[in-house]
Amino acid sequence: MTAPGKLAKILVVDDEMAIRRLLRGSLSRAGMDVVEASNAREAMAALDIDKPDLVLLDLGLPDRDGQELIGPVKASRAALLVVSARDATAQKVAALDLGADDYVTKPFDTDEVLARVRVALRNRLLADNTAPMVRFGAVEVDLAARIVRRDGAEVHLSPKEYGFLAELARYPGRVVSHAAILRAVWGPGQEQAVEYLRVAARGLRRKLEDVPVEQSVIRNEPGVGYRLML
Amino acid sequence: MNTIRPDPDALLRALNRQDGVRGRLKLFLGAAPGVGKTYEMLMQAARRRDAGEDVVIGVIETHGRAETEQRATGFEIIPRRAIDHRGQTLHEMDLDAIIARRPALVLIDELAHTNAPGCRHDKRWQDVEEVLNAGIDVYSTLNVQHLESLNDVVASFARLRVRETLPDRVLDHAEIEVVDIPPGELIERLKAGKVYVPQEASRALAHFFSHSNLTALRELALRRAAQAVDVQMLDYLRAHALEGTWAAGERLLVAVGADAGAHEVVRAGKRLADSLCAPWTVVHIETGHSSPASSLREDLSAALHLASQLGAQVATIPAGGLAEGLAHMAADLRATILVLGQGRRRSLFRRDALPAQLAALGLGAAMHIVPCAAAPRRPVAARDGEFDLAAWLLPPGLLISGALTACVTFAGVMFAALGSVTNIALLYLLPVMLAATRYGLWTGIVTGLLSSLAYNFFFIPPIHTFTIADPQNLITVVVLLAVALVVSHMAGRLRDTAMLSRASAVRSSALAGFARQLTGIGAAGELGRVLCEEGAGLLGCYTVLLMPEDGALAQIAASPKEITLQALDRVVAQWSFDNRKPAGRGSDTLSAAEWLFLPVEAGGKALAVLGVAHPDAAQPVRADLLPMLTSFLDQAGLALDRIRLEAERGHLRRLEERDALRAALLSSVSHDLRTPLTAVIGLLGDLMPADPEQERVLNLARAEAERLQRFVANLLDMVRIETGAVELHPEPVDLAEAVGSAAHDLRRLLGHRKLAVDIAADLPLVRLDPRLLHHCLINLIENAAHYSPADTPIRIEARADTDGLDLAVIDEGPGLPPGSETRVFETFTRLEGSDRKGGTGLGLAIVKGFAEAMGLQVSAANRADGKGACFTLRMPGGLLWKENDRS
Repeated sequence: MTAPGKLAKILVVDDEMAIRRLLRGSLSRAGMDVVEASNAREAMAALDIDKPDLVLLDLGLPDRDGQELIGPVKASRAALLVVSARDATAQKVAALDLGADDYVTKPFDTDEVLARVRVALRNRLLADNTAPMVRFGAVEVDLAARIVRRDGAEVHLSPKEYGFLAELARYPGRVVSHAAILRAVWGPGQEQAVEYLRVAARGLRRKLEDVPVEQSVIRNEPGVGYRLML
Repeated sequence: MNTIRPDPDALLRALNRQDGVRGRLKLFLGAAPGVGKTYEMLMQAARRRDAGEDVVIGVIETHGRAETEQRATGFEIIPRRAIDHRGQTLHEMDLDAIIARRPALVLIDELAHTNAPGCRHDKRWQDVEEVLNAGIDVYSTLNVQHLESLNDVVASFARLRVRETLPDRVLDHAEIEVVDIPPGELIERLKAGKVYVPQEASRALAHFFSHSNLTALRELALRRAAQAVDVQMLDYLRAHALEGTWAAGERLLVAVGADAGAHEVVRAGKRLADSLCAPWTVVHIETGHSSPASSLREDLSAALHLASQLGAQVATIPAGGLAEGLAHMAADLRATILVLGQGRRRSLFRRDALPAQLAALGLGAAMHIVPCAAAPRRPVAARDGEFDLAAWLLPPGLLISGALTACVTFAGVMFAALGSVTNIALLYLLPVMLAATRYGLWTGIVTGLLSSLAYNFFFIPPIHTFTIADPQNLITVVVLLAVALVVSHMAGRLRDTAMLSRASAVRSSALAGFARQLTGIGAAGELGRVLCEEGAGLLGCYTVLLMPEDGALAQIAASPKEITLQALDRVVAQWSFDNRKPAGRGSDTLSAAEWLFLPVEAGGKALAVLGVAHPDAAQPVRADLLPMLTSFLDQAGLALDRIRLEAERGHLRRLEERDALRAALLSSVSHDLRTPLTAVIGLLGDLMPADPEQERVLNLARAEAERLQRFVANLLDMVRIETGAVELHPEPVDLAEAVGSAAHDLRRLLGHRKLAVDIAADLPLVRLDPRLLHHCLINLIENAAHYSPADTPIRIEARADTDGLDLAVIDEGPGLPPGSETRVFETFTRLEGSDRKGGTGLGLAIVKGFAEAMGLQVSAANRADGKGACFTLRMPGGLLWKENDRS
C-alpha cells in the first residue's frame, strides 16, 4: 500500500523503447514515479524489487505472452492496465477476465492513458472498502441504501438495471466486461446473454442520460463491456 | 498414341446422372406372344403423344400385323442401324441416335431381344438401361418366360426353353402393366393367324399354345407383376426408413457346386428369395475335393455371374469340408434358409448325404433341396481333369506300387526260406501304406489287393494257389485291404487339406505381397506399374492401366510397356470407367473388344480402369482368376484413394502454412507500423511550442501523423478483408449504442458538428460483430464528414421494416456523381472534388468488406431531394434478435 503523500510508482512494460520514453514523459509530468521493463523477465524482477502501485503491461512481449504476467501482477496487489492492439477484442476480454483492471488500445492517446491510470490508482485505494456513495455528473448512486438519484430526485430502476449500474459504480471509470456484469447481476451461467445487458443499458440511458447517443453516463466499449463515465 | 475423345454422349449421361434424373420404364408384360402387348404400348404412347409429348419409336416389331402397323403410323421412327455380321446385314436399334435425339419417351419393343454381335451391349435391356440413364422414359414389352428366374419353371411345363432371358431386377424399378387376354381368345387369335409364329418353331409352339400352358403362363405373369409391385413398395418403405416390418425376415443362403445344376439352384434361390422378400447370398464352397474340370468350372463361374446379375451377394469360400464350410457360412450370415441342389455321392467315403451332415453339425437354418433332374450327369472320370486312357490303364503309381509289392514278396520268400512265416503279412503293410499315402485311394486298394493275392499265393498254405485253407489267414487279407482303405482315405484328406492351404497361402501371400508393395508407393504412376506387372504375372496376360488426366483417360502404365490400345478398346475403357462396370471381352458389354476392362474403385468412385488381354488375342482371360484380380483392384483402389488424399492433404497443408505465414506477417507488419506512429504522435504532443508559429507547425505535423496512422489502420483492415482473414464474433448489438460509441471515438474529428441520430428506442437488437460494425460506422461517418460542408448536420437513421432493418448515414454534401453508386465501394476510389481532409480511398471499401463479412448489404444513393448522399447498411431479417432466440 502506498503511504499518503508518496509518489505513485508505475511500472511500464513494453519492448519498444520509444513507447516507454513517451509514457515515462507523460507519467512523470503527471507526478508519478516511473520504472521501465522491456520484457517479461525484467518485469518480474521489477515487480519484486520496485513494488509498483500500477503496471502498464503491453501484451505483446518478446520473451513471453503478456497474459502470463497478469497473475503475478495481481498477486503483488498492483493495479494493472493492459495495452493491446486495436482489434484484439478477445485478448482484451481475456485479460479483463484474468483480473486486469482496464485496458488501453494501441495506438493510444497519452491523455487517455493518464486518465485510465488515475482511475485505476484511485480504485485500487478504494478496493477494500468501496465508497458507499458514488457521484457522476448529475447522478448519485447510494450503494448502501440502494437508491439512485438524478438531480436530487430518486429514479426508479428495475432490480436488474440497479444491479447493472451498481456493478459499474463499484469501479467508476473502469471498464467492466460483459461477462463480469452478467455473472454478478444475472448469476453464473448467464455470461453469454449480452442481450440482457443491451436491454438494461437502454433502460438506464432513458432514465439517466439526456441524449442517450452521447453516452454521458454509461459508455459502451464495443465487444468488451461497459464503463461508467466520471 | 491415338488420343481420340470417345463417346461424347458419355458426358451427357454423366450430366444426367448428376442431375439424378433417370427415365422411367414402363413394361407391358404378357403371358405369351400374341396377347397384344405392342398394340397396347402403341395405344398408350399415342395418348402421350397427343398430349403434346415428344414420343418416338426406337424399335417396333409389328410382325406384319395390320392393326399394329396402323397404330404405329404417325410416330417418328428412329431408323435402325445396319450391322454387317459375316456377310449378313442385320438391322439393330440405333442406341446412340436415340440418346442424341433426346425424346421424352421412346418405344423399344421386345426387351429380351439379343443384339447382333458388334453392338455395344449384348442385350437390348442393357441398351434400355442406358437410355433410361440418359433421362429418357421408355415403353417396352416382355413375355413372362423371358424372365431369368422363371425360365426353368416355364421350360418345365411348356417344353420350350427360350434362350433370350433378362435379369429380374430390370422389373424391379419398372412400372408394369399386364396385357392379358383369356387363353381361349388367344387360341382363337392364333387360329385366325393373328399371332406371329416363326416358321421353324411352329411345332414347338403348337404345344406351347395349349389351354393349360397358357393358363399357367397367365398366372405366372400376374404373380410376377404383383411381386414387382411388392418390391417397389418395399423399396419405398426402406427409403422411408420403415425398417421394422422385415428386419426379422428370412435370409437365404444358396449353395452351388461346380456342376451343371448350379444354374437351376441359383434360379430356384432367386424365386424363393423374391417370394420371401429375403436378402440372399450365393456361395460356392471350395474344398480340396472339388477341383473341377475346366468345363464345370466355367459352369460354376457362369452360375455365380448369373446370381450376381439376379441381385445376390456372391462368395467363394475355401473350407476343409463342404458341410463344415456351409454350416460356418450359414451361421455367419445368420441364414434362416439354406438352399441346396440335390447332392450326389462323390466317393465311397463321402458317408451321408449333405443334409444329414449339416444337421449333424447343428445347422440352425431350414434346408430347401432343389432337385436338379434336368442337369445331365457327367462321367465321373472327367472330374479330376481330362481323361487320359494310357495314364488310366497304367498309372505310374501303380507301377511303382506293383514293383514294391514284388520286392516285398521277394524279401518274404527269402525270410520264409529262413523259417519265419507268420510276420511276413506285416511286410505287405509297407507297399499298401506307401501306395495309399502317395497315390491315393484307388492305387492303395489295388496295391492292397495285389499284396493280399501275393501273400495268399506265396505264403498261405496251400502255397502257390489262391486257395485259403485256414480261415484265420482270411483275416490277414481283409486287414491288408482295410488298411489300404483307411490309410488312403486319411492321407487323401491330409493331401487335400495341404493342397488347399497351399493354394490359399499362395493367394494370401500374393495379395499380402501386393498390399505391401502398395503401402510404400506415393505416386499413381508407380502404383500403375506395380498393378500392371502383378496383374500380368497373376493372369499370364497383357495389362494396361488408364487413369483420367485432363478429362480423358490416359495410359499410365502397361505390361509389357510397349502396349498401345486401339481406338475401339479406348471406347470400351471409357465406358467401363464411366459406368463403373467391367466391359469388353468376356463381359456382357461391348464384348467384341480384345481387351477386358475392369474399373478400379474406391469410395463409390472410379479412379482408374485396368485392361487385361490374353497374349493370344483369340483366347479369353482365365475367368476363375478374375476374383483374385478383383481383390488386387480393390487394394489398388484403396491405395489410389490414399495417394489422392495424401496429395490433397499436402495441398491443404501448404495452404495452411501460407495462411499462417500471412497472418504472422500481417500482425508483425501492423505492430511495426503502428508502434513508431504511436510514439511519434505521443512525443509530438509532449513538445511545448514556444510561439504561435511553432504551435501551428506542431499541430500540422501531428495531424499528418494521425492521418498516416488512420491510413495504416485502413490499409491493414483492407489486407485482412482481401485475404479473408476477417474473424467474426457476433453478439446482439444495440444500434443506438453502437452509433454512440462510434461518435465518441470520432469526437475530435467531428468537433462541434452536429450528429442527428434518429433510432427508435424499441428497435430490435441485431446480431453483428461489434468491432466490425464500429469500424463500418466510423468509416461511414468519417466519409459523410469529408464530403459535406462543416456546417451541415450528419443524419443517422435506422428503420425496421417487415423483413429487416436499414441503417442509413445521410449527409448534405454534393452527393454522388451519377453512375458511381457502386464504384464508390471499390478500393482507392475518390470522388472528384473531394477536399484534402484525410480520406484514404479505402474507407468505403472497408465498410463493404466488413459489412459483407457480417452478412449485410451496403448501398449508396443520392437522397431523393437531391441534397447529399445516403449510405445504407441493410440488415436482413435473419440477423435481427428475437425474444425467444436465447431460450
